[in-house]
Amino acid sequence: MALDIDHPIEGSFQIIGGNFDTAGAASSQLKSKLVELNVNEDVIRHAAIATFEAEMNVIIYAAAGRLSYLITPTYIEIKIDDMGPGIKDIEQAMQEGYSTAPEWVRAMGWGAGMGLPNMKKNSDEFKVDSVVGEGTLIEMTLNFPE
Amino acid sequence: MTLKEISRLLNASVINDSTDIEMDIQSACSADMMSTVMYYHSANSLLITSLTQPSVIRTAEMAGIKAIVFVLNKKPDANLIELAGLKNIPLLSTPFCMYTASGTLFEAGMPSCFGK
Repeated sequence: MALDIDHPIEGSFQIIGGNFDTAGAASSQLKSKLVELNVNEDVIRHAAIATFEAEMNVIIYAAAGRLSYLITPTYIEIKIDDMGPGIKDIEQAMQEGYSTAPEWVRAMGWGAGMGLPNMKKNSDEFKVDSVVGEGTLIEMTLNFPE
Repeated sequence: MTLKEISRLLNASVINDSTDIEMDIQSACSADMMSTVMYYHSANSLLITSLTQPSVIRTAEMAGIKAIVFVLNKKPDANLIELAGLKNIPLLSTPFCMYTASGTLFEAGMPSCFGK
């Protein structure tokens, strides 16, 4: 069902790389926004998972990043761009189980090589652009059920 | 299955005070890698884990997990307990290892989050 909003809603959050203590705060705020707007529960869960995976990638790999969103009556668009090392081989990074995360990150429960696949699995449209040495941009769209 | 029944089956102690012990749990998953938890996500589910990092609570919040059981008597620190309280996520601690905790609940009829 289309959302009962008069105009699109936009917002953004800063993400600080390496800060595991507040990891998930940006995704949590976006989730609260979707709950407030009465978005379908399944869409909220998929959006929250996709966003949280992207946020964690910024925290694990990048110096900093930004999460921005656009909510329209029929879909939500989420973008995460970062100042990180970039992804050398996107096709390889999309393989389930492939990870370049160091051991200390794995010990914290991350780096299973499921981040990008989970983002794709939980979104209707998924796009990743990356330049080695500059950063990565993830764009995801989730449609609201009719 | 209620959280009360889960707690009894696993000889578990309840870590946070305001826990809704009659909460209904419909499925469970066992993992220490948070992306695996999110891969198998399901609404109204239970997470069985040995990981006590704060991101466990964030993962639960995103993945539709209603309660968490820490195995091997693990107890999270105060920050994690506080965050769980803010998100209304009950925390339990069982002396069982992950294999035994999972097997005990499976035998009692608790289905997997993954559905197979």
